[in-house]
Amino acid sequence: MKKSIFLFLAAFSFTAAFSQSEKYTAAMKKNLALFDSAKTAASYTAMANTFERIGDAEKTQWAPYYYAALALSSVGWMPETSDKDANAEKMLAFCTKAEALAPDNAAKSEIETVRNMASTQQMMVNPQARWATYGKAAGEALQKAMTLNANNPRAYYLQGMSLMGTPAAFGGGKDKAKPVFEKAIELYKAEKPATLYPDWGKKQAEEALAQCQ
Amino acid sequence: MKNSRKIVLLGLLIALTSNIFSQTVIKGKVLSKKQPLPGISITLKDTYDGTTTDSLGTFKFTTTEKGEFTLTITGIGFAPFEQKVTLPSNQPIVLEINLKEDVTELNAVILSAGTFEAGDKKRAAVMSSIDIATTAGSNADISAALKTLPGTQQVGEQEGLFVRGGTGYETKQYIDGNLVNNPYATSVPDIATRGRFSPFLFKGTVFSTGGYSALYGQALSSVLLLESIDLPEKSEVDASFSPIILGLGTQQLAKNKKSSYGFSYNYVNVGLYFAAIKQTPDYFKMPQFHSGDANFRIKTKNGGMLKYYTTFSYSNLGLRRPDIDSSYLKDAFSLNNTNWYNNLSYKGNLSKGWKMTLGASFSTNLDKIQQQVQDAADQPKQFASNVYWMNNKNFTLHNLQNLYLGRAVFEKKIKGLSAWRFGSEYWRMDYRPTFNNAVYKLIDNYSALFTEASIYLSKDLAAQIGTRFEHSSIINKSDIAPRVSLAYKTGKKAQVSLAYGIFYQKPEATQLYAGTNVGFTKAIHYIASYQKTDNDRNFRTEVYYKKYRDLIKQVPVSSSYTTYNNSGDGYAKGVDVFFRDKKTVKNLDYWVSYSYIDTKRNYNNFPDLLQPNFAANHNVSIVTKRFFTEMKSGFNLTYSWASGRPYYNILADVNNKYYIADQGKAKTYNNLSFSAEWIPSLGKENPKSFIVLFASVNNILGANNVYGYNYSYNGNFKEPVTPTSKRFYFIGCFISWGVDRTQDAINNNL
Repeated sequence: MKKSIFLFLAAFSFTAAFSQSEKYTAAMKKNLALFDSAKTAASYTAMANTFERIGDAEKTQWAPYYYAALALSSVGWMPETSDKDANAEKMLAFCTKAEALAPDNAAKSEIETVRNMASTQQMMVNPQARWATYGKAAGEALQKAMTLNANNPRAYYLQGMSLMGTPAAFGGGKDKAKPVFEKAIELYKAEKPATLYPDWGKKQAEEALAQCQ
Repeated sequence: MKNSRKIVLLGLLIALTSNIFSQTVIKGKVLSKKQPLPGISITLKDTYDGTTTDSLGTFKFTTTEKGEFTLTITGIGFAPFEQKVTLPSNQPIVLEINLKEDVTELNAVILSAGTFEAGDKKRAAVMSSIDIATTAGSNADISAALKTLPGTQQVGEQEGLFVRGGTGYETKQYIDGNLVNNPYATSVPDIATRGRFSPFLFKGTVFSTGGYSALYGQALSSVLLLESIDLPEKSEVDASFSPIILGLGTQQLAKNKKSSYGFSYNYVNVGLYFAAIKQTPDYFKMPQFHSGDANFRIKTKNGGMLKYYTTFSYSNLGLRRPDIDSSYLKDAFSLNNTNWYNNLSYKGNLSKGWKMTLGASFSTNLDKIQQQVQDAADQPKQFASNVYWMNNKNFTLHNLQNLYLGRAVFEKKIKGLSAWRFGSEYWRMDYRPTFNNAVYKLIDNYSALFTEASIYLSKDLAAQIGTRFEHSSIINKSDIAPRVSLAYKTGKKAQVSLAYGIFYQKPEATQLYAGTNVGFTKAIHYIASYQKTDNDRNFRTEVYYKKYRDLIKQVPVSSSYTTYNNSGDGYAKGVDVFFRDKKTVKNLDYWVSYSYIDTKRNYNNFPDLLQPNFAANHNVSIVTKRFFTEMKSGFNLTYSWASGRPYYNILADVNNKYYIADQGKAKTYNNLSFSAEWIPSLGKENPKSFIVLFASVNNILGANNVYGYNYSYNGNFKEPVTPTSKRFYFIGCFISWGVDRTQDAINNNL
C-alpha cells in the first residue's frame, strides 16, 4: 500500500511538472497571439510586462525575455515614444537575460537582431552625433546575428531596412537593399522555426521589397 | 490503512478546491508626484500573475496563489517598489503606490555652471571631437576651436586661452587628470604658437570658463580637461601629406580588443610655404619641428584601463625683425626647443562601489633662446653699458623646466548618481634657467588634498560641494579653496545653475626668480547660468562676477631691478551667450557665441586699475558647417569679431613710479575663415583606405588685424603688432589604412 501511495505521489508530481511546462507553453502561445492584434504603445508595453513576468517566474526560459524585448522594440519604433534611450536600455537588459539562458545559436542569433533594433533606435535619436557609436553597435549586432545563424531571415530583413534608411552616398539606398530583402524572403520561405521560436517579419520584408521595386 | 488513504485523498481534494475558490483581487493605482502612471508593471513575484497599469494609472488582477508573496511594481524611469501581500484574502487588496523617479545620467540635472563639454557621448556636450577639427579657422588646434566659445578672447599675439578677464597663464590644461606643464609650443615674441596635442588624441574635452571642481587647482580663471581615448576602434596605419607636414603612424589593436599600442612621427617644415607666402619677419632659420609619440593602452580584468602616452619633440627656428629703437638695426631671435612629455594613468573599479584613478607624469622642456641686435649686415652689435635698453636686447637663455607629478583620486558611489570623491596630488617643479651665464634654480614641492561630494537630491536638484587644501613649498604658503555649485531643472530640457568658488594660483616662475617672499594670487567666482538643451538645439547664457585679489605687482627699485609683491587686485563681470542649432536649416549646423565683459585689473606694472590689453569688451563668433553627402564634402565658415582692445605704454618715472606714457584702443578685430574637407571613400563598403582631403584659409577677406602696439624706448614711436602674414593657407591629405577587428572579435567570442 505504501508503495502505491508513493507511486501515486510520484505520478502526481510528474503531472504537476508536466502541467507546469504545459502551462508555460500555453501562456506563451496565448500572449504571442496578441502580437498580431497589438497596435498601441500601451498594448505593447503591457505585453512586454507580461512576458517579463513569465520569464521571471520560469527563470530558465530565454523566450519570454526575448519577446519582452521584441514587444518593446515596437514601442521604440513609434514616433511618439519620448524616451527612446530608456526604452532601448530596457530592451538590451532583456537581451542580456535572454542570452544567458539561450540554448542554441539560433536563439542567440534572434537575440542579436533585437539588439540591432535597440541600438538602431538609440542611433536615430541623433543620427549625426550617434552614428559612430550606436550605429556601429547596431551593425556589429547584425553581423553577429548572421554569424550565429546564417539562415536567420530576420537578420537580412533588418539589414535591408538599415540599407534602405542609409543615404546612397553612404553606401545605402533601395538598389542595395533590394537583393538583401530577396534573400530574406527566400530564407523566410525555407524557415521552420522550433516551438516558441520567432517567425516574424515575412510580411514586412515583402512590403519593403515592394517599395524597392 | 484504508483510513489513511482517505485522509490523503481528502487532503488533496481540499487543496484543489481551495485553489479554485480562493481567488484574491489585487487592485489600485500607481502615481508619481500625484500624476497617474500608465504602463507600469505589477507582478506577483515568481508567478505569472500580474498586470499593467492603464492610462489612468489603475490596475486590477486576480490570483489564486496562497501564502506570503511580494508584489513588485516596476516601470521605465522609476525606482522599483516592493510590497508584501498575504494570500488569499477575502477582501480585495487595494493599493495606492507612489513611485520615485530614477535619477540617471540621462534625465538628471547637470552640474554645468561655467562648463562647456566636447565629447561624442556626453549629453551636455556643446561640440563633438570632430567639431574641433572641422571648425574653420582652428586648423585642428584645440585652443583655436575653443576660442569660438563665449568667454574667450581673440588673442593672436600669444598662445593660451584668455578666459573672462584672465590672462593666458591663468588657464591650465590637464590630460587624464594630470597637469600639463608646457601645453603649447614655446612662445615666440608676438606670435601665438599651437598646442602640442592633437584633438584626435582625446575622446572628451571639458572647458571650464569658471567655477570648476575642487579636483583641480592652480588656475585662477579656467581649466581645460582633456580625456584621452581608450582603445582605438581598429588597427590602422595613418599617413599625412602636406607642403608643411609629413606624418606616418600606426595604431595596433590586439585581436581580443583588450589592448593596443601605437606610435607616430611628424615632421613640419614651413620653408616651402614661407617661400610662397611672404611673411613679415625675416626667417633666417626656417621653423622645423620633429615630433614622435608612442602609447599603449591595456584593459584590465576588472574593467580598469591603463594608459601610457609619451611624446618627444624637437624644434628650431630663427627670425629677424626691424629694431624699434633704430632705423637700421634688427633684432634676431632664435629658439631651439626639446620637449619630452610622459603621462601614465590608471582608472579602475574597486569593490563596493569604489573607483580609483591614479596618475603619474613627467615632462622636461628645454628652451635655448638667443636674441641679438644685428646691424644691416646681420652682424651682432654691442652697446655701451649706459645704453642698457639696447644691451638688454642681447641675451641668451637656456631654460630647463622639469615637472614630476603624482595623483590619486578615489570615488565612492553613494546612491543613484550621488558620489563622494577625495584625493591628493603632488607636483615637483624643478626649473634651472641660465640667463646670460647666471644660473638660477627654482624648486617647488606643491601638494594638494581635495574632497568633493555630488549630491542628487532628486533628478531635478543637485549640489556639488568641495574643498581643496594646497601648499606650495617655494613660497611656503597654504590655502583652502572651497567650491560649491547647484543645479536645478526648471523644465524637461531647461535648467538653471549657480556656482561659487575660490581659486588660488602661485606666482609665475619669472616672478619667483626675483624673490619668493610672495603669496598665492586669488580669484573668487560667482556664476549664474541658464541653459536649454534639445538634441538639435542648445542655448545657454551665463552671467558672472569675478573678484581678483593679491595679484602680483611689479615694484621697480631701480632701472634694472624690480621686485614683486601681492598688492594687485581687479574684477571681471559679464554675460556669455551661446546658441547652437542644427535644426532650423536642413543640413546646416551653426553656433553663435557672444560675450560682453567689463574687466579691470591692477597687476604687473599697471599704475592703477586698467582694462587689460588682452581684453576686448565684445566678442562674437559665428561658426557654420555644412556637409553635402552627395558630394562627400563639407564646407565650414567661421566669422569672429572683437571690439578694439586697449594698449598702453607704461614707463617708470624718476622716482621709480609707473605711469601711463601713452594709451589707446586698437581697431576692431575681424576674421572670416574657411575650410573644406572631401572624403572620397565615404560610404564605400569595407574600404581598404580612408582618405580625407582638407583645405583651409584663415582671414579670407584679408582684414588688417592689429593686436596691440610695441613702443620704442623713448616712447616716441609705436608699431602695430600684427599677424606674420595676412592670410594663412593649409592644404593636406590624410590617409588611413585600417584593419577592422570587429569580425575577429565576434568570432573569438562565439
